[in-house]
Amino acid sequence: MTRRDQPSPEGDPVYASLDARAVALRDALIDRNLLDEQQVAATQALVDKELFPANGARVVARAWVDAAFKDRLLADATAAAKELGIEGIEGHQMVAVENTESTHNVIVCTQCSCTAWPLLGLPPDWYKSPPYRARVVREARTLLAELGLQIPETVAIRVWDTSGETRYLVLPARPAGTEDFSEEQLAALVTRESMIGVSLPKATQSD
Amino acid sequence: MDGAHDLGGKSGFGDVTIAEREPTFHESWEATAWALNVLAIGTLRAYKADTYRHAVERMEPTWYLRARYYERTLTAVATLLVERGLVSLDDLEQRAGGQIPLSQPVAALPVLQKEDTVAAQPRFAAGDAVVVIARSTPGHTRCPAYVRGRRGVVRRVYPLAYYPELRAHSTVKRREHSYAIEFQASELWTGGDPHQSVSVELFESYLDRP
Repeated sequence: MTRRDQPSPEGDPVYASLDARAVALRDALIDRNLLDEQQVAATQALVDKELFPANGARVVARAWVDAAFKDRLLADATAAAKELGIEGIEGHQMVAVENTESTHNVIVCTQCSCTAWPLLGLPPDWYKSPPYRARVVREARTLLAELGLQIPETVAIRVWDTSGETRYLVLPARPAGTEDFSEEQLAALVTRESMIGVSLPKATQSD
Repeated sequence: MDGAHDLGGKSGFGDVTIAEREPTFHESWEATAWALNVLAIGTLRAYKADTYRHAVERMEPTWYLRARYYERTLTAVATLLVERGLVSLDDLEQRAGGQIPLSQPVAALPVLQKEDTVAAQPRFAAGDAVVVIARSTPGHTRCPAYVRGRRGVVRRVYPLAYYPELRAHSTVKRREHSYAIEFQASELWTGGDPHQSVSVELFESYLDRP
């Protein structure tokens, strides 16, 4: 087989499928006793065990009902999350940024796709996609409007580029009409998108 | 490096589409690729997260842009484990029954600092005006191109952390402070939204006083 200098792997039969590449790598590491199957399975299981957006939703809901917790969250989100038993990979330096009447926050990682995994889970496709990474730092208001979120001109938009050690969480405002909601009901309103800043929690959320 | 990965402000990519419901992994190889990278960094200690990011950045640029996200992860893990001799490419390709494309080699790097250092006291404080040094490197950087040479204000001072340009390429441990630097969109973009800012986390070495 000739090696190609400029790989165009899609559909080119000279290249192994992505599945075959991943299996080959895993099996080679296991056969060399560098890893075992149990370690690989246990790591994969972390996405169901500790790295998912319901964690972030719990943190947001707690901040809505407990002003002292909210203060601690805004001072040190890593420590505040840990109070609720939430921690994990990519969570050693987490910062919460609060939406107010005058400021709307939105987060991105323009160079890769860094995210607060313990609070937001592994990031969704759209967050990792070139159009989001390219556009939100340049034309946030236009992009948010395209995504169905109209931010009035009077509200400043602050974009946070995750270009270092810090992993961000947007703390959205508690929606109107939720005065009687329990903390659990409130958490159910908080979507991953609202904790990234491309949508707002709504009192009428169906799920 | 000034690669295709440094996407902030680039034009022509079109719409953002948010899927209603999306699994964390679409196919099982994605979960495998992700887990192998986590284990290679955290358990095998084969490389650092910064080294991983740079291996992704080293993918041929048109391939990088077309590749699925976890294809980039898979490519970076394979590249680094082959480069470090933990697995051989021949063995991988035999197992996979086809070629396994890897990232391009690390470019010739400038002479790296040899001593471990700690810049213990932050040079800047919240509210300070700063300018980003307009500089590029053939190696890894976390200073996005769109802020180089631009003026901003320190909003937050972050704790000491390993300087990624050294961390990605050497065992030298230089720790320094990083900062959330707020740039007005109008400073970054012609016709930028007067009520938009971008806060970028930047290491002290990237910054100067204006």
